[in-house]
Amino acid sequence: MTTDTAEKAPTPATESHGRSWTGLGWGFLVKLLLMMVVNAFGVSAIMSAWNAEAWVILGALVVFLVVADWVYFSKRMLPLKYIYPGLVFLLVFQVFAMGYTAYVATTNYGAGHNGSKQQAVEAALIQAEREVPGSPSYPLAVVRDGDTLGFAITEDGTVEVGTADQPLEAVDGGKADDSGRPTEVPGWEIVPRGDLLSDQALAKEVTDLRVPVSEDANDGSLRTREGSTAKVYKSSMVWDPAADTLTDTESGVVYTPNDRGTFVGDDGSTLATGWYVSIGADNFVTAVTNPDYAKPLLRVAAWTFAFAFLTVATSFLLGLLFAIVFNDDRVKGKKILRTLFILPYAFPAFLTALLWQGMLNPEFGVINKWFFFGADINWLGDPWLARFSVLAVNLWLSYPYWFLICTGALQSLSGETTEAAKIDGAGRWRQFRSITFPLLMVSTAPLAISSFAFNFNNFTIIYMLTGGGPNFDDTSVPLGATDILITAIYQISGVQGGRADYGLAAALSIVVFVVVGIVSGLAFRQTKKLEEF
Amino acid sequence: MATTAPAAPAASKGNRRKPTRRSRWWLEVGWKYPFAALIIFYAAFPLVFVLSASLDERGSLAGTSTLFSSISFANYQNLNDTLFWTWVGNTLIIGIAAAIGAVLMGAAAAYAFSRFRFKGRRSSLTGLLILQMFPQTVAFVAIFLLLISLGQVVPALGINSKIALICVYLGTALGSNTFLMYGFFNSIPTEMDEAAKIDGASHSQIFWGMIMPLVRPVLAVVGLLAFVSSFGDYVLAKIVLVSQENWTLSVGMYQWVSDQLTARWGIFSAGTVIAALPVLILFLALQRYIVGGLTAGSVKG
Repeated sequence: MTTDTAEKAPTPATESHGRSWTGLGWGFLVKLLLMMVVNAFGVSAIMSAWNAEAWVILGALVVFLVVADWVYFSKRMLPLKYIYPGLVFLLVFQVFAMGYTAYVATTNYGAGHNGSKQQAVEAALIQAEREVPGSPSYPLAVVRDGDTLGFAITEDGTVEVGTADQPLEAVDGGKADDSGRPTEVPGWEIVPRGDLLSDQALAKEVTDLRVPVSEDANDGSLRTREGSTAKVYKSSMVWDPAADTLTDTESGVVYTPNDRGTFVGDDGSTLATGWYVSIGADNFVTAVTNPDYAKPLLRVAAWTFAFAFLTVATSFLLGLLFAIVFNDDRVKGKKILRTLFILPYAFPAFLTALLWQGMLNPEFGVINKWFFFGADINWLGDPWLARFSVLAVNLWLSYPYWFLICTGALQSLSGETTEAAKIDGAGRWRQFRSITFPLLMVSTAPLAISSFAFNFNNFTIIYMLTGGGPNFDDTSVPLGATDILITAIYQISGVQGGRADYGLAAALSIVVFVVVGIVSGLAFRQTKKLEEF
Repeated sequence: MATTAPAAPAASKGNRRKPTRRSRWWLEVGWKYPFAALIIFYAAFPLVFVLSASLDERGSLAGTSTLFSSISFANYQNLNDTLFWTWVGNTLIIGIAAAIGAVLMGAAAAYAFSRFRFKGRRSSLTGLLILQMFPQTVAFVAIFLLLISLGQVVPALGINSKIALICVYLGTALGSNTFLMYGFFNSIPTEMDEAAKIDGASHSQIFWGMIMPLVRPVLAVVGLLAFVSSFGDYVLAKIVLVSQENWTLSVGMYQWVSDQLTARWGIFSAGTVIAALPVLILFLALQRYIVGGLTAGSVKG
């Protein structure tokens, strides 16, 4: 490699334009402007991290900003000047994401364990809020300022406004009608009643809104059921920080925290909202021993390996066959043929899967109509047919890749070895089996391994074609016959709805990382990339 | 190759041999044309089908099995009543931003690794090589939780922000592209840098003025691959972008089909034709580079 001989150049006589005040200077100005923008954003982000009390983010922001200034205003950090921007993104969205996955895998983060203990206490207090008996009901106007919703009421003739974060406060210049419902609130836009009736999402936001009556949380908060009158609600729970308990003043039950992040009452009942705690390797244990998960996950894992292997094998063989047949100078118009052959490869994969989902439709799909005389074959509804369909669609999608790779590899093989074999009396099959194929494997094996790793996580084709279905009928877990690990993780994580279990999903992600790591390690050794630099 | 044999050695043996020669041609070469027709049918019939369905006036999956039974642009007009063009815009904004970011960051890093000798260079390269093997999508749970936390500090980096999604995509810029570019940068002789240096050029002038124009082909490939991968991504786009107006094509069109497959088949096919055509043309036009890029970055799928 040529660069091995290049030594670090002596300090150049002229300074970089990014550093000097003299000379052109515009390079320095551009850098200064960029760094001003970066610093402005950084400092304001640090301030809002301070306000949000997000200490980890605050620390990371400070470190990134200080290092950025140091790198770009110091003379010595030349290579880092070029690497740093990409490095920041890599560290946050790749390295940290992987590390955080490992951390989440050891917690019970998920539905019911969604935040810190403090948040769980607050949620419990809100949950136990009851209408204060005999509380006056205030005619209410729902107001908004941009995205912020608030309540406006009148008390003793003055209009008061408050939001979820801002307790009720009197505003000057507000007007109300005879019933006391505010009709005009300066600085706020009144949401018409009709909007609440027609907009479900808005109505839910309004019924979820709690406006504290005053700074003191014990005064309770204003809530509404239907958006036209508000009442004062107070919590029947009392939080005692010293004793670390929640007490229900109505029933007298005392709730104490347990080591699984849940409040347990002395009558054995539990509160719905908990917080997440470290549970060690329990997620991994759940994955293999819990009867709900163990068997489906085992089948999913087996299918993942089978799918990845079979899809590489079938598309490789088909691509190789086409490549051998058309690697022939006597065939005319090869260029046009080749372009037509790789059409599926140029078609976006997610559209392919969706398109085939329609074509495989048992009732109206063209596959049944054109090729099976209108038979009613439920391609995606039967477990084995669905698995077959997934492989067939992925074959259509990926044989062009192998056709291109094999054509390239065949053309780079020298004809001399096969020539020699022919003189030695080897037949065509023998030539192929003993010479062409082994030589071909040398150049394509690393690609086959990485293609295996890719298909191991081929979310798109599975999710878009079958959604993992048809579902297993012997388990309550929403997994199905064509689910591979990555789609199973997606279902279990609950990021798209359903019951969230981030901890278990992260634990399975770690398993996938390990498998991909081993497979890639094989490819790594195969290609011996390291020797190149 | 394996099937190649010297053609027709018995060329001038007279009329009696002619039928044999012809059948031999059929046996060795001729059958490849019908075979090619079969492959083309296999490769192209879904594409022809979707084109025909997009022109069908009924707009549903039922009855699309007769190709081109009616030609109407109703489905294409109906796209205007949906958020399709908003999604196209989002996909382009996110894809182009991710591609430009990936090209700039990857090229800068490749320049540093190729031209400077510094402590930790070899181990950084090894580290990158190992990191890029682990697909980012597998960590989507952590990314989702990370963005929720970030969003409380900087709303632009939270859930339902296009900027956040671009940043997530840029997380892979260094890992997946540096290697592809590194090899290309190394193939440009360092003597050129030294000559420029003697002429008084600074490192940034060498990078922007000399190296970048020379490596344009690899920049195009990296940009295209980054664009195509963001175009095809579903998981990350789905978990980051919540509201319909922010969706990309993959999220939106999946929703069409998963909601009402048969009824919305018309607009789905019209959308597919519009979405796939530019990618198809770009891919076929640049197929040589893309295949080269795939082989060069052979550790990636």
